[in-house]
Amino acid sequence: MKKNEKMVWLAIGVSFTILYILKYGFQGFLQQLVNGLQLGSLYALIALGYTMVYGIIKLINFAHGDLFMFGAYISAFVGAYLAGRGLIGLAFIPAMLLSMIVTAVLGMSIEKVAYKPLRNKPRLSVLITALGVSLFLENFFALPAEKVFFPFNKIVFGPNMLSFPKLIDDRIFNFAGISISMVKSIDFFVAILLMIILELIVKKTRIGKAMRAVSFNREAAYLMGIDVNFIIMVTFGIGTSLASAAGTLYALTFCCLDNPFMGIWPGMKAFIAAVLGGIGNIPGAMLGGFLMGIIETYASSINPQLGDVSAFSLLIIVLIFKPAGLMGKFEIEKV
Amino acid sequence: MNYFITLIKRNWLFFIIMTAVLIFMNILQTPQKSTGEPILSEFISHIITIALINVLMAVSLNLVNGFTGQLSLGHGGFMCIGAYSASMITKIILPASGNAGWLVFILALIIGGITSGLIGYLIGLPTLRLKGDYLAIVTLGFSEVIRSIMVISDDIANVLNSIGLVSISNVIKEIGGPRGITGIDERSILPVVLIIVAIGIIMMRNLIYSSFGRAFQSISEDEIASETMGINTTKYKTMAFSISAFWAGVGGGLLAHKLLFISPNNFTFLKSIEYLIYVYAGGIGSISGSILSAMGLTCVLEFTRTLNLDEWRFVFYALLLIVLMLKKPAGLMGNKEFRFMIPREYR
Repeated sequence: MKKNEKMVWLAIGVSFTILYILKYGFQGFLQQLVNGLQLGSLYALIALGYTMVYGIIKLINFAHGDLFMFGAYISAFVGAYLAGRGLIGLAFIPAMLLSMIVTAVLGMSIEKVAYKPLRNKPRLSVLITALGVSLFLENFFALPAEKVFFPFNKIVFGPNMLSFPKLIDDRIFNFAGISISMVKSIDFFVAILLMIILELIVKKTRIGKAMRAVSFNREAAYLMGIDVNFIIMVTFGIGTSLASAAGTLYALTFCCLDNPFMGIWPGMKAFIAAVLGGIGNIPGAMLGGFLMGIIETYASSINPQLGDVSAFSLLIIVLIFKPAGLMGKFEIEKV
Repeated sequence: MNYFITLIKRNWLFFIIMTAVLIFMNILQTPQKSTGEPILSEFISHIITIALINVLMAVSLNLVNGFTGQLSLGHGGFMCIGAYSASMITKIILPASGNAGWLVFILALIIGGITSGLIGYLIGLPTLRLKGDYLAIVTLGFSEVIRSIMVISDDIANVLNSIGLVSISNVIKEIGGPRGITGIDERSILPVVLIIVAIGIIMMRNLIYSSFGRAFQSISEDEIASETMGINTTKYKTMAFSISAFWAGVGGGLLAHKLLFISPNNFTFLKSIEYLIYVYAGGIGSISGSILSAMGLTCVLEFTRTLNLDEWRFVFYALLLIVLMLKKPAGLMGNKEFRFMIPREYR
């Protein structure tokens, strides 16, 4: 980005901020900033999965939002089970971990069944398959149990709303006129913790090194003796478990799971966040997620419908002016 | 005049088939003397009409996704634009137009198509420079933005009203926000839809076998190579995109005048996916395939409604899409056409 172009964008941002403060006051501004950071941390967690998968096999995993949904449901079931045994105070961490593991297994099996056979086919066919998987997960889990024949009627979630057990008793702190709830700060800190763990895995371990190698050049990595298929599977596992953690936190914050279609919008916005930061770039996804959350919170505090519009308008603007995203590098296509 | 002679020469078989089908339809739809009921019941002719509209949508989407090789996921958005603009026009003008009703309807369809084509052009110009995946996401995002704008149209009208633009705000109020437009005149009767869809198919076919069509196909095969051969890829991609958007708008107008009720919920992401499935099931780069699969799948899936299996519909769709991509990525027809769909000099 050229320097004066940067100045123009900065000026637009600052003028919007000033207008917002003039209309809603400084306190309202800070309050929405806190809300935005909380929402942004969830988006960042989901966006990390998108970006990791894209970085390694150049596939937009449309089913990622549905894995987020799956994770939320699993943790709701585990949480409800533990709460029924009188362990409500201890239930949060086991529920989250278990849902991360189960969702990671689902993500890896999806990769094995649907994406792996198409790895050397044109990229569009994998993309369509991903769309199909996403549709399948949504609609299959939304089937009402009485309409499904035997072995499956135990696993469908049904189309109705499910309330998430109150695993953490919510207290609200007032801090200089800004209310910060316990749950929201837990969202934020758990997300940051997971991001740090991810960063350590990618930067410090052998598997992380192999992941970076595969995303840099798959063929060369293969020639160096890296088990490419295994690494791709692990990447899917890590990405989907992050999505499932985000799902748990999301459900914890909003206290209910609407229906199995609930993953579409968060997934879509997180994908936009990943594109915003430069897809394939891990710090970019974090930045994009937070940015996305903050902008959406401000927009929807003006008009609830503006939230969705702002997300996509932002995407279109970014893609027009900076197609590689904020932190991505533009790749030169070689013939 | 010469042009028309060539047109008829190139498409004579098509015209004959169309006339025959129209006469046949007419016979089927007139009530029989013995029972007083037409052979083609209301229900069946409704399904056939919907199927024909789906055919138009699938064929027009095939121009972008199949022949030009760009993944667009926003076809529902263009349909939404066409449906809204056409039904706004008929809602406002039709009651005052008296005998000229059909003319107004056709004009409304064309205006709906042109609006959606223009917006397609405006969207396509910047975004078609992007490659594959990004284009998919931008088109998807665009269609959702259109839908959201329709939902918040009431608020927009209120804002305009407070500024003092009362007449514009009254027109925008007609969009109806999340409630949608109700009480649209039924104009999309079977023969009309059949003629319009046939015109659409003929146009698409002639486009594909013209020099434009060759440019589209070369872009889908290798964009860089066709650029080095002197094809202005952005221009042709934008052209394919806006033509496809035009026909999507016409299809939307037809659908609105068949369902008699439209709301933003009719044009969700799932709508675009539905058309995508028709295109990929029929075969990317085959008009005949799109026609067959849109016809067949719509009829099959509409009849599953009668079996009380409505929830399974999209599960079936999704499985079909996955299995198709894994086992038969070229679709039903590959990139072949029926023999009569190909102009003589290309057979």
